[in-house]
Amino acid sequence: MSTRILPIIAATSLVALFAACSTTGDADKPAAKPDAAAAPAPEATARKPAPTVDLTSRRADPSAMLKDPNNILSKRQIFFEYDKFEIQSEYKGLVEAHAKYLRENPAAKMLIQGNADERGSREYNVGLGQRRSDTVKRALILLGAKDGQIESVSLGEEKPMCSDHAEGCWAKNRRDDMLYNGEY
Amino acid sequence: MPARWWFLLFGFAAASAWAQLAIEITGAGAQRTPIAVAPFAGENALPPSLSAIIRGDLERSGVFRSLEVPALQPSLTEASSINYAEWRARLADALVVGSLVALPNGRFETRVRVDDVVKQSRLGAVALPTTKEGMRAVGHRAADYVYEKLTGEKGVFSTLIAYVVKRGSAYELQIADADGLGDQTVLKSFEPIISPTWSPDGKRLAYVSFENKKPVVYVHSIADAKRTVAANFRGSNSAPAWSPDGSRLAVTLSREGGSQIFVMAPNGSGLKRLTSSAAIDTEPRFSPDGRWIYFTSDRGGTPQVYRMNATGGEVQRITFEGSYNVTPRPSPDGKTLAYITRNGGKFQVALLDLANRQVQIITDSDRDESPSFAPNGRMILLATVINGRGVLSAVSADGRVKQRLTTPAGDVREPAWGPFID
Repeated sequence: MSTRILPIIAATSLVALFAACSTTGDADKPAAKPDAAAAPAPEATARKPAPTVDLTSRRADPSAMLKDPNNILSKRQIFFEYDKFEIQSEYKGLVEAHAKYLRENPAAKMLIQGNADERGSREYNVGLGQRRSDTVKRALILLGAKDGQIESVSLGEEKPMCSDHAEGCWAKNRRDDMLYNGEY
Repeated sequence: MPARWWFLLFGFAAASAWAQLAIEITGAGAQRTPIAVAPFAGENALPPSLSAIIRGDLERSGVFRSLEVPALQPSLTEASSINYAEWRARLADALVVGSLVALPNGRFETRVRVDDVVKQSRLGAVALPTTKEGMRAVGHRAADYVYEKLTGEKGVFSTLIAYVVKRGSAYELQIADADGLGDQTVLKSFEPIISPTWSPDGKRLAYVSFENKKPVVYVHSIADAKRTVAANFRGSNSAPAWSPDGSRLAVTLSREGGSQIFVMAPNGSGLKRLTSSAAIDTEPRFSPDGRWIYFTSDRGGTPQVYRMNATGGEVQRITFEGSYNVTPRPSPDGKTLAYITRNGGKFQVALLDLANRQVQIITDSDRDESPSFAPNGRMILLATVINGRGVLSAVSADGRVKQRLTTPAGDVREPAWGPFID
């Protein structure tokens, strides 16, 4: 799947690049070319190229999206069922949005911290959390993110969001947290 | 200042030191040997009293019952002639006498003698060099000597334990004497610390710290507080285990995907992968002879204990009963395996006899974790939860003797019993 997606991404980014070149090229070339056939007349001063202030090309800091509460990218948690590691369908949009962000921002780096509820061995729970973070990393890579952008790790049962000893709480602790560089 | 006043002061200080672990004996052996430890001649010169330390140690072992000894005038010493009939009349099977002697060079010596009252014979005597600051240490040494003379096994009273205390938002890796006293913090962090384990020489601890927002394995030299990163590969690094000769560390790494067991030098060099599965393979532990590595794996669908050659290769399943058997810890003689089993929703310590495959659950608590054998194999230290608080508990290998070590302000977990120190 990833091999099929990658050329498409490469093609789209190339198109974008071309479009940007031709607009800036058109702006000054004709103006700089004097008309040789015209009679000598009061010397026409060639208009100096006027540099463009292009506000459309200056993208807003992309990482602002990550913190905008109205943007899906501000959502960073994926919860799992007991003893389960599959990403439930309700998180499909979330994972796709983060994959797109990573694709479009190759310098962006992500740390995925997998977590488990408190039951059982601490070290085995590190393993369970790792399985959860590996799952999301794999999904992001399938959707076009680069392996080098994502590190999947586990915090086991050590960083619970909720500390009561009951399922209501455990459900909040079986989760992945996605952090971008600068946030960890 | 009178000696007794000193003792009172010390007693008060010990009781009010809020960080210290307090031991409570919650179960004792069926047949405890009655023993009389007479006050040592001259012991009041350097508190705490030697005979009290020895008495406390022997009592806590669950093997002995300490008898009340009246004040003796004059004090008995190792040189006294023993009236065995008199001690027999006090129902003592064994008698410990001794003295604290000031030497001409300003140093001290602790002399200890052990007698078998029933056989009316002297079992042995020893002189231990003593410093003013090391009275507790020498008391534990003396207790180890008495224990070995009477049981034929080495005592563990002068060994150390390590554990993690969570207090508020801070985690402290501490070491203490086996009786929980004399605690020292070797690492304090706002991020979790798990899986401390002693190097075989007792000088270093390997552990997992989350201070870098992910699990990283460190080796920490206790005397000089020097920490070195043992494993900080991409992904998670956890579950360190020392080889018996201290030359290698087995660790669980996710660098190649999943959680797999690797072995390397304690400085991280010479990394070699030992397991190749799509499962979680973790919690490695070397057998005491260095031949096997026991570990937890869910390759069969549920987490169970397996073992493989310490160089990798073929894997044998070890546990079969139940759907959750984790945290294998081979006994010092390699004959039994302690692990945590889920038993009807309770997590308890099980002991498996590796020869006849018999399994015995030896605790009655329900959230047990991290069993750790005393170096003589007699007791197992573990973490459990009582009234919502993490406490340490110790249980004898026969399940009879039970103790609890609590600290008033915090959760204690992740115990590791240190090796014999010569």
